[in-house]
Amino acid sequence: MKLTGSKILLESFVKEGVDTIFGYPGGTVINIYDDLMDYPIKHILTRHEQAAVHAADGYARATGKVGVAIATSGPGATNTITGIATAYMDSIPLVVITGQVPTPLIGNDAFQEADIIGITRPITKHNYLVKDVKDLALTIKKAFFIARTGRPGPVVIDLPKDVQLASTNYEYPDKVELRGYKPTYSGNARMVEKATKMILAAKRPVIYVGGGASLTDAHQELLELAEKINAPVTTTLMGMASFPKTHRLSLGMLGMHGTYYANMAVTNADVLIALGARFDDRVTGKIATFAPHAKIIHVDIDPTSIKKNVRVDLPIVGDLKDVLRKIVKSLDGVQDEVNEMVAGLQAWHEEITGWRKDQPMTYKTSAQEIKPQFVIEKLRELSNDDAIITTEVGQHQMWTAQFFDFLKPRTFLSSGGLGTMGFGLPAALGAQAAFPNRQVIDVSGDGSFQMNSQELATLVQYRLPVKIVILNNNFLGMVRQWQQLFFDKRYSQTCLELPIDFTKLAEAYGATGLRATKPEEVADVIKTAFATDGPVIMEFKISREENVMPMVPAGAGLNEMVLAS
Amino acid sequence: MRHTISVLVENEFGVLTRVAGLFSGRGFNIESLSVAPTLDPTISRMTIVTSGDDQILEQINKQLNKLIDTIKVIDFTGEDYVEREMALIKVTAEDDTRAEILRICDIFRGKVVDVTPKCYTVEVTGSPAKVSAIVDLLRPMGIKELVRTGPVVLGRGPKAWKAG
Ligand SMILES: Cc1ncc(C[n+]2csc(CCOP(=O)(O)OP(=O)(O)O)c2C)c(N)n1
Repeated sequence: MKLTGSKILLESFVKEGVDTIFGYPGGTVINIYDDLMDYPIKHILTRHEQAAVHAADGYARATGKVGVAIATSGPGATNTITGIATAYMDSIPLVVITGQVPTPLIGNDAFQEADIIGITRPITKHNYLVKDVKDLALTIKKAFFIARTGRPGPVVIDLPKDVQLASTNYEYPDKVELRGYKPTYSGNARMVEKATKMILAAKRPVIYVGGGASLTDAHQELLELAEKINAPVTTTLMGMASFPKTHRLSLGMLGMHGTYYANMAVTNADVLIALGARFDDRVTGKIATFAPHAKIIHVDIDPTSIKKNVRVDLPIVGDLKDVLRKIVKSLDGVQDEVNEMVAGLQAWHEEITGWRKDQPMTYKTSAQEIKPQFVIEKLRELSNDDAIITTEVGQHQMWTAQFFDFLKPRTFLSSGGLGTMGFGLPAALGAQAAFPNRQVIDVSGDGSFQMNSQELATLVQYRLPVKIVILNNNFLGMVRQWQQLFFDKRYSQTCLELPIDFTKLAEAYGATGLRATKPEEVADVIKTAFATDGPVIMEFKISREENVMPMVPAGAGLNEMVLAS
Repeated sequence: MRHTISVLVENEFGVLTRVAGLFSGRGFNIESLSVAPTLDPTISRMTIVTSGDDQILEQINKQLNKLIDTIKVIDFTGEDYVEREMALIKVTAEDDTRAEILRICDIFRGKVVDVTPKCYTVEVTGSPAKVSAIVDLLRPMGIKELVRTGPVVLGRGPKAWKAG
């Protein structure tokens, strides 16, 4: 079958099982958009290419499938950069298609030409410029394969206009072999054996879970291990929803804005079982005082993550789900020893309970002002257990992580690695496109919301009923907090002087706007929002100078937390 | 510590930038880098001389392996290997230095590959230390221009890397 490059692309999408793509048209992708009308692929027209990539990312995080975005050359392509970098930092599988000027013009500073391969090289898992239509089908196959396997990540395919127009015989390959790319999935048996021994010898074990648990859907295996050895579990922001926060063994999040008891547990642990986590500096604080007494077992599919920041006593390279199964199986074989070990953890659990009682995750309530933490708690109370929560970046993100009890995997989508303001709304859009019948909620600050607020139009147009919570403090709150604590309250450029009427903004787009200014209005606003069809903005005027506490100051150790004043 | 690493890569568009970008992006040193296709024209072989402590070298090895286009990474540190570098040295040749240049050249088994009334271009091959030694000896005569290829290496003995 002879097909044009443009049709080969769409045909291959269908073969890859792609049902929804996010994008924005332009001159160098106009042929693809023309052909798109004849294909059974739903295209969602965002209002910005950055949002298209975040939406594909949200779709991928919520479903586990590869997200697909498309943009035109030049400015369209450069607008995708923040989206690609965000996905790269959090290991999210994406295929991003960019149009490119015709091959004879490449390098000539042609109209809307940008060297997107050069620009995206350090923020993609891999990228391809396709110069010959004969290579296109195989390249697409490789791109999806690379994006979803091993440590997932975004792959860019730059597709010049003449290649889209040229024709060739089309056959989509069944398999792909890359001689330089063979991820290790199966955990080494000898290492698993050693890990088992190390775990059985533990008196003060802690399980530390990162984004790898959700990327491999290993929540069940994680629960089994934790319960089997009765070890407390702390997660990173990315690991958040992989372990039910209400579980008796849950310590919540660790790190800069983690719980006091999680940080104390890690500091005093004798065996730290790190699962699909990468010891980010926001998690470890000062390396020298991070888990100083612990033997560290580190399971990760990416060998470069191991021993990058911290010493590791026992590395296991492999797929987390596979390794967890093997560890649990190996423990099954020595149930007596497991029982003995668990019996020895009494003192450890008592110590942790002490820290919990000493410094619970709490806040000062108020009858006059709306406390942001209160809004988050109410939101949890009034939403479904399988509601998908996205966030932007700032205080509201940390309050969500601290006070929302996530119970189910893939229900918390947040930009952890890059920390991208403007991520949450388009990510919610993507998640809602994947799950039209689930509650999808973007928790936002008033600053972040304005970074991609144009996507309200997309939500309304495609009837995507995302509910948006704006915790409005009229500040770039997180930066203001740092200025308060570390810059003597010199609030340089963090007060968003102009108050915005977000309810009117919602209405301008044809969405619904609700507002609460007093604590007693909070629950009603949330209930009304959930009872309303279509997208809703819930604006909460919160206590303006509330801080995210407790906190490990930058550069300090996890044991040096500043506690709520 | 100095390490000499051979990297077999797909001979594809942009692969050199990927490797060079990896080193610059992560703050690793490159002392020299040479690259050319192998017997199999779809594979190129890079020889990279770098330095760093054990932890950095471990990261360099892992990061190189992580590149999709990388087929094999071989760190020759601690191995038995042959290391050779070539240099072309353009040196001022006056009446009173010509003979000395030729003598030095001879000792190092170099060749004069270009001659003008006032200038010789010397070609020399050897270990980087040997190349540095001849450079030092010729320096007093007045080196006008110098180019070194950076070393290339092969392990000693019959064992060979199949893909290379
Ligand atoms: C794109 C981008 N620019 C700047 C920052 C730095 N930054 C981190 S948090 C923050 C303030 C966010 O303000 P807002 O969205 O209102 O949330 P709040 O902290 O008030 O809850 C800023 C500017 C960022 N993370 N991302």
